[in-house]
Amino acid sequence: MAKKIRVLIAKPGLDGHDRGAKVIARALRDAGMEVIYTGLRQTPEMIAAAALQEDVNAVGLSILSGAHMTLVPRVMDLLKANGQDDVMVFVGGIIPAEDAEKLKAAGVRAVFGPGTATTEVIDALWEAAAEAV
Amino acid sequence: MKAIADRIQEGDRLALARLITAIENDQGDYQEILDELYPLTGKAHVIGVTGPPGAGKSTLVNCLARELKQRKGKGAKIGIIAVDPSSPFTGGALLGDRVRMGFHAIDADIFIRSMASRGALGGIALATDNTALAMDAAGYDPILIETVGAGQSEVEIASLAHTTIVVEAPGLGDDVQAAKAGLLEIADILVVNKAEKPAADTTVASLERMLALGEELKEKQLGVTWHVPLVKTSAIDCEGIEDLTDHVLAHHQFLHESGAWEKCDLLRLSKQVHHLLRESLFGSWKAQLDQKRYNDLMVEVMQHQISPHQAAQILLNEER
Repeated sequence: MAKKIRVLIAKPGLDGHDRGAKVIARALRDAGMEVIYTGLRQTPEMIAAAALQEDVNAVGLSILSGAHMTLVPRVMDLLKANGQDDVMVFVGGIIPAEDAEKLKAAGVRAVFGPGTATTEVIDALWEAAAEAV
Repeated sequence: MKAIADRIQEGDRLALARLITAIENDQGDYQEILDELYPLTGKAHVIGVTGPPGAGKSTLVNCLARELKQRKGKGAKIGIIAVDPSSPFTGGALLGDRVRMGFHAIDADIFIRSMASRGALGGIALATDNTALAMDAAGYDPILIETVGAGQSEVEIASLAHTTIVVEAPGLGDDVQAAKAGLLEIADILVVNKAEKPAADTTVASLERMLALGEELKEKQLGVTWHVPLVKTSAIDCEGIEDLTDHVLAHHQFLHESGAWEKCDLLRLSKQVHHLLRESLFGSWKAQLDQKRYNDLMVEVMQHQISPHQAAQILLNEER
């Protein structure tokens, strides 16, 4: 059986808007990936625990609440603490450009704003998977 | 390699997660690690939970895991394997069972793994069984395996379990649908979930009439009698779960006392050995196959000069 890309799609924090996360989850599934969706209102601890148990290649965080500068670094730290520093992290949502730069500097692979084509996300994941081999 | 087996026994969750990935991908030296872990296994009570989509399986597993953990007391570790279907067109899968299990995400004594069925009949059953084996070696007991009961491969996975719980819900079709899906004959415990709905009593009544048939089948297979209980639950509020847990533990005890546990394991393990033999025999036969001869014969088959059956016979007789 071929190696599959496994992706965790998670909604950290308190905003209840998961349309974007579900659209991405569906698009990645249709691109042949195995997508684990966690649902709403996850703490960084819950997300890191799920990423560990599922042994994913990538974690996608969907945040519309504005709390990304708190939540994303926390998830990154926990992944690292669990020995999963090779997991690709990407963020989607309403992220101001300067924050996006800071997140990328902190190790986030890509930040996707509103209007991003799903193919762009898929390509980014394939690219990261190809590098990891 | 030795190190990984050791780490798994010591409770290293990342090592376990990575071993499961290797099992799923059929990749690397996972088989040798499993060989090493095998003597440590055989203790865990494997509980299958199956039923049609939307019956409330994940929600029920969430409640059941919590209740079982409480009953088992301090130090109990629970494994959950949630299998969802892969797309036959893209091979992708959307695994959403964790949505209903958020409660347990940060519990260090519960390990939840989502698996995609990946299409291969027999293959997924083996991967699931090996995953349960890995969890067993890591000290998880019981292990809950959740599958959508909608076809042969799902029924096959459920048949690996010591105790199979079939979950039905009102409004998902009449008793003919339930009989058609072949789910009732594999049930050790039958659950009617969403008992808060008004139609629940009708569902209970029609399922009760169907139950007797399944019992006879199981009896033939294992040679012992177990009366399948029908339990009403409302998993959204974890109602009826204590009752269900009582039946799960009673079935566990019944299996040990009646000797059915050994029979169940023997059936399961010989199935596994057969599967591995088939794979390996076919693999080595294929390796010595004269590809040109094969292609020539296929041309004859395509032109309807010989049948596929005749082609296979010729190839078998020419085996070196």
